[in-house]
Amino acid sequence: MLLNERLYKSLYRIRRAEEEIGKIYPTDKIKSPVHLSIGQEAISVGVCEALRPDDVVFGTYRGHAMYMAKGGNLNAMVAEMYGKETGCTSGKGGSMHLVDPDAGVMGTSAVVGTTIANAAGTAYALKLKKSDQVVVSFFGDGASEEGVFAETLNFAALKQLPIIFVCENNGYAIHTSQCKRQGRPEIAARAEAYGIPSTVIEGNDCLKLYDATTSAVESIRSGGGPVFFEAQTYRWREHVGPNEDFHLGFRDPAERQPWVENDEVARIGALLPDADRVAIEAEIEAEVAAAIEFAEQSSFPPASELMTYVYATEYATPSAAAPVKKAA
Amino acid sequence: MTSITLPPNETQNQTAGGGVDAGDREISYVEAIREATSQEMARDDRVLIYGLDVDDPKAIQGTTKGLVEEFGPERVFGTPLSEDSMTGVAIGMALGGLRPIHVHIRMDFLMLSMNQLVNVAAKTHSMFGGRLKCPMVVRSMIGKSWGQGAQHSQGLYSYFMHVPGLKVVCPTTPYDAKGALLAAIRDDDPVMFVEHRILHFQNGPVPEQDYVVEPGKSRITAHGDDVTLVGISYQQLECLRAHQYLKDVGVSAEVIDPIWLAPLDTDTICESVARTGHLIVADNGWTNCGAAAEIVAQVTEKLQGKCEFKVQRLGFAPTSCPTTPSLEDEFYPTAQSIAASANDLVKGGPQGWFPEERPELAAVEFKGPF
Ligand SMILES: Cc1ncc(C[n+]2csc(CCOP(=O)(O)OP(=O)(O)O)c2C)c(N)n1
Ligand SMILES: [Mg+2]
Repeated sequence: MLLNERLYKSLYRIRRAEEEIGKIYPTDKIKSPVHLSIGQEAISVGVCEALRPDDVVFGTYRGHAMYMAKGGNLNAMVAEMYGKETGCTSGKGGSMHLVDPDAGVMGTSAVVGTTIANAAGTAYALKLKKSDQVVVSFFGDGASEEGVFAETLNFAALKQLPIIFVCENNGYAIHTSQCKRQGRPEIAARAEAYGIPSTVIEGNDCLKLYDATTSAVESIRSGGGPVFFEAQTYRWREHVGPNEDFHLGFRDPAERQPWVENDEVARIGALLPDADRVAIEAEIEAEVAAAIEFAEQSSFPPASELMTYVYATEYATPSAAAPVKKAA
Repeated sequence: MTSITLPPNETQNQTAGGGVDAGDREISYVEAIREATSQEMARDDRVLIYGLDVDDPKAIQGTTKGLVEEFGPERVFGTPLSEDSMTGVAIGMALGGLRPIHVHIRMDFLMLSMNQLVNVAAKTHSMFGGRLKCPMVVRSMIGKSWGQGAQHSQGLYSYFMHVPGLKVVCPTTPYDAKGALLAAIRDDDPVMFVEHRILHFQNGPVPEQDYVVEPGKSRITAHGDDVTLVGISYQQLECLRAHQYLKDVGVSAEVIDPIWLAPLDTDTICESVARTGHLIVADNGWTNCGAAAEIVAQVTEKLQGKCEFKVQRLGFAPTSCPTTPSLEDEFYPTAQSIAASANDLVKGGPQGWFPEERPELAAVEFKGPF
C-alpha cells in the first residue's frame, strides 16, 4: 500500500473509532473514564507508521490513538472499554490501561510520566540484547514537568539508548495552559540541554512526523542514541469524556478553529484519489462497527476472575478471612 | 450528584471533639472543606493552599472554589505536574514560617511525594532534636467506581500511619471534615488529610463557627451491644448501613468512626469491644499491614486476658482494583457483606444470610465522565 493510503487508513480508523466511543458514552455502556485523542491522531500515526511491527511503544491514559496506530487489536480495545472479558486486559484495566504486547504496545499508565522511564528501561534491555528494535515513549507536555522526565532524559543520553521520545504538546494539562505551568515552554530545548538531538514538529503534521521518525529510526538502528520530538497538536474535546469543555472558560473555541480547519485526517484523505479514499472509509466503517458489535456481544468476566493475575508465579497460601459474599 | 440518605446519626458530637452545636445548618462535605480553608486563611495569613489544578475551573471538586478570588494568586495557586518537588517546597515553606496546604486530586499521586514526606517531613522535628517544626497539611482523595481502576482507587493511608512524625486523619462527615481540617492546619506537625470522592457527595450538619476535631477521640456513630463495627473512611458509611441491615437478624451493632488514624484512639474501641465481644474493622484499603490490622492488633494487646472477643478485618480484595463493574463490585466490602460477616461472627459460624439490597441503603455510585 502507498504511504498516504496507510496513513489515511490509520488516521481514519482512530478518528472514527473514537467518535463512535464518544457517541456510545452517554448510554453508560462504557463505565470508565475515556481520554479521547481526537485532533491528535496525526502524532501517533506519523510516528508508528515509520516503525516496524517489532518496535515497541509506551504511552499514557490518552492511549487509544497510539494503541491503534501501532496495530493494537481494535475489537479488544472496544471490548475493554465495555468492561468485557474479551478486552485487551480482560476487563481489569479499562481505557486508561490499554496493552497489546503482540503489537508492541507495552502499556499505558494513568499516573503521568511513569512510562517515560519504563520505556527507557526497555530500550536498555534491547540495547543489551544487541537488538535493532526501537522504543518510542509517548507522553504529554504536562509530563515534562515531572522529575522522571528529567531523570530519564539524562539516563537515556548517558547510555545512548535506542529510544525516541515523543512529547505530544497539546498546550494543556487538563484545564491549565502550558504557559501557566512552565517557566520556559520550549520542551525540545530542555531535551536538547541533556544532549539529545531534538526537533519541534509544528502543525500536527503527519507526514513531517513520518519523515522525522524514519530518519530517527535509521540512525538508531545503525547505533545512534536517543532522539526527541516535541510534536505540536491540539485536543479538540474535554480532557476526559466525550464532550467539549469551552463552557468552562479556560480556552476559547477560536483557539481550536485553525486546528479543525487544518484537520490532518481530512488533509491526508484529500491526497488520495476519491475512489481509494471512499474504499478505505467503507472498510474502516465496517471494522469499527464490527468491533462495537463484538464488544456488545461479549460477556462480562465472572466474579471468579477477580483474583486472577495478581502474581505471575503463584503459591498456595492461606488467605485472611474474606468478607462473606452473596451466594452465586 | 445527590446526597446520600443515611441512618440518623444519633451522636454527631457525642464522643469526639468539636462539641459545637450545628443547629440545622446543613452543607456538603465539599463545602465544609472549602469553608474551613477559607475561614482559616482569613484568620491566619500564614496559611496558603496550592497543588495541581487548585485554581482550575473545577477547583478540586469545588473544595477550592473562590479561594483565588478571596485570597489572591500568591496564597492560592496551581502548580506544575511536579509532586515530588512541590512536597519538598511545602516543607521549605513550613520551615520558612508558612502553614501550607498541599492538595492532590488523588491519593495515588502521593506515591511521587513519598521521599519528601517520609524522609524529610516526618523526620524534621525529631531528627533535629526539636529545633525545627514542619506544620503542613497534605490533602488527598481516594477514588471509587466508574472504572477508576488500579491507579486511581487506592486508600494508602496505612503507609503514612507506619511512619512516626506523620499524623493521619480520614474524616467521614462534613462536620468532621471541617473540624479536622481546622485542627490539621493548626497542628505543628505534617498531617495527611485523607478524603474520599464518594464522601464528597455527603451532606450533614456543620456549624458556621470555628471548632476543631482533634486527635484522641474516636466517635461512636451508632450504638449497639452485639458487635463493634469500626469503619474507616468511606467504609464508615457502609458500616452505618450494615448497622441497619443487621437489625433484620436481631444483631445490634455499635459503629465507631476513628476519625484520626494517627494518633489513634483505641480506648473508645476497646470499651465497646469489651461490651460486645466482637470486632469487625472495615477498611478502605487492603487488610495486609493495613489500618484495620493495626486497630485489631492494638485492641488485642489491650484486651487479651481481660475478656473474650473475636476479631475480623475486612478490606479490598487482595488484588489491583479492576475497572469492569462486574469485578469492581466484588472488590469492595459492602454494607451487605459487612452485615453478613458480622452476623456470622456474632453467631459463631456461617449463617447463610446475605441481605437483599434496600434502595434507601444503596450506595451512591460515582458517574462519569470521571
Ligand atoms: C503524577 C500525576 N499527577 C497528576 C495527575 C492528574 N492528571 C491526569 S492527566 C493530567 C494532565 C496531563 O497533561 P499532559 O501530560 O499534557 O497530557 P494530556 O492529558 O494533555 O494528553 C493530570 C495533571 C496524574 N494522573 N498523575
Ligand atoms: Mg497536554
